[in-house]
Amino acid sequence: MSQFLEVSNLNVTFPTEDGDVRASNEITYSVGLGETLAIVGESGSGKSVSNLAVMGLHNPSRTKITGSAVLNLSSGPVDVISAPTESVRKLRGKEMSMIFQDPMSALHPFFSIGDQIAEAWHLYNKGSKKDGIKKATEMLELVGIPDAANRVNDYPHQFSGGMRQRAMIAMALVNNPALLIADEPTTALDVTVQSQILTLLKNLQKELNMAIILITHDLGVVAEFADRICVMYGGRIVESGSVEDIFYRPSHPYTLGLLNSVPRLSSGTSHRLKAIPGQPPSLIELPAGCAFAPRCEYVSRVTSGACLTQVPQLIEKSTSHSSRCHLSADELNNLVKDKA
Amino acid sequence: MFSYVSRRLLYTVILLLIVSLTIFFIFDLIPVDPARLVCSKQCTPSLVEANRHRLGLDVSVFEQWWRFLVGLFAGRTFGEEGIAITCAAPALGYSFSRHECVTTIVAEAFPFTLSLALGAFILWLSVGISLGVLSARKKGKFADRASSVFVLVGTSLPTFISGILVVLFIVLKFNLVNPLELGNWHNPFTDPFGWLQTFFFPCATLALAYAATYTRFTRSNVIETSSEDFIRTARAKGLSEKVILRKHTLRAALAPIVTIAGLDFAGLLGGAIITEGIFGLNGLGKLSIKAVTQTYDLPIIVATTLIASAFVLIMNLIVDIAYAFIDPRVRTS
Repeated sequence: MSQFLEVSNLNVTFPTEDGDVRASNEITYSVGLGETLAIVGESGSGKSVSNLAVMGLHNPSRTKITGSAVLNLSSGPVDVISAPTESVRKLRGKEMSMIFQDPMSALHPFFSIGDQIAEAWHLYNKGSKKDGIKKATEMLELVGIPDAANRVNDYPHQFSGGMRQRAMIAMALVNNPALLIADEPTTALDVTVQSQILTLLKNLQKELNMAIILITHDLGVVAEFADRICVMYGGRIVESGSVEDIFYRPSHPYTLGLLNSVPRLSSGTSHRLKAIPGQPPSLIELPAGCAFAPRCEYVSRVTSGACLTQVPQLIEKSTSHSSRCHLSADELNNLVKDKA
Repeated sequence: MFSYVSRRLLYTVILLLIVSLTIFFIFDLIPVDPARLVCSKQCTPSLVEANRHRLGLDVSVFEQWWRFLVGLFAGRTFGEEGIAITCAAPALGYSFSRHECVTTIVAEAFPFTLSLALGAFILWLSVGISLGVLSARKKGKFADRASSVFVLVGTSLPTFISGILVVLFIVLKFNLVNPLELGNWHNPFTDPFGWLQTFFFPCATLALAYAATYTRFTRSNVIETSSEDFIRTARAKGLSEKVILRKHTLRAALAPIVTIAGLDFAGLLGGAIITEGIFGLNGLGKLSIKAVTQTYDLPIIVATTLIASAFVLIMNLIVDIAYAFIDPRVRTS
């Protein structure tokens, strides 16, 4: 699978009066056509920030971005971080699209759904107003809006939450982009609607052979949907690997903590869910060592004390699997077994 | 949509009736007796009674109100047979201090007020909105700071100060307008230059305060709208900043301005008392203040009060209908 997007050493910093907020710190990941990469982490871990940087949606006067994010287009590779803003704009909607968390507020309340989808289509296609609406109707049919020919003239407030997210997806995909970034697309929706939207995305991915980056904090969604996973904490990727790697061979205490905090129907007995104690770190003053160290139960096991002084490197466990921990995967496994 | 408009129209008519009745009650309560005021020096109780009958004040307030309403549509005759005066519909009453039908007096004054209000309205909207958008786009930069100085000056200078300054400097010191010509009526269609001479400076004076408020309002609305999710969506689509501002941001940011602009304009159509006074414009504002303070000409006071409130109500209706076109959420609810 060729990689469509290659992000490497991406840093996003927001200078503020209290100091620099390092929201995204040496982020490296890639995603290929037809593949789904999930980026997992809690609020404030910097999940969205690096992807907004790829889309070029940060306000340039209030953001410092370094590193690179290369789109391997058929016309040749383009680094969207260093490319001029105007040429990145012309990639938005055409080569890469994004859908957002809250479909309630992501659509303009004053324009009809059809007009908003057609507007995106007209940007990159020549055609009459009628052609645009026709295209919008087709897209609404594609995302499963019943009676699309009539609903195309509706306004956002006449759509339910799930339908609005479908309309957002229709709008994002109207120009057949190679990359879709979905930023918590189901967080604001009912559970039943969530799975419908995810199934829809999965089917559209097969049909259109897109690369999808799914940003979420929901491990259930990830297990069902993703091929590969990046776990983020404190602005850094702490572990990345295939779904099997992350779920069956987690090698970072934070990933372990996340997995333990998910309720499982299979576990049967009524044991309490384990929460990770403490609060996520402030991105202005990250701890000197591992950002997770203050909350990590295994800190004392690293005898050198490196957890509090050295940022751990991303160490490869296998070709697809790497993690940022001073403990090796085996050491961590043994500690977990001892506890059990 | 049709039922929405007709419902709003009905409400407006009902409200106008209530407002007019209230006005008649209020002026009935005021302890000034017009019948005594128009009485000559050798006043006797019987003369006062005769005057009261002549003025139509010898009947109940309801009856007075009803006669007024009928007069609006059918015209009205004042006085007894020998000295009867008939005012054609829409008759707003008869002024006994000026011996003229109030409708005629109002018709003379209204072009001044309309010119002043319309000129000021166009000025303050164009200045306020463009400055507001500019300072929102250049937030924190020089243009923004400069416009905030303008806002500060505009909002803190009362019209009676800025108006007097304008008269002092532009009219008297620099002689841009002949002081004897001040307040002369020129038909804008046949003599646009003369009209501008009369109205440009009053309009600018009146517009200054409004423009400052509208600058501030537009600026904060544009900034607020720019951070909306749907603007991020527009950007994610690949729209250019120009299109985003013109089509997506301004549409949402300026919608609330339609409401306050309509009401501000309606308020001015009732007469801008201070500005009309300073620049010697014989508009509705000057007419009503004179009627109140000098002659206590009740028919004129009633008419100008009613006209002012009618403008507010009608403009309110227009704003509501316009809003339904702007915001689809209003249409369906």
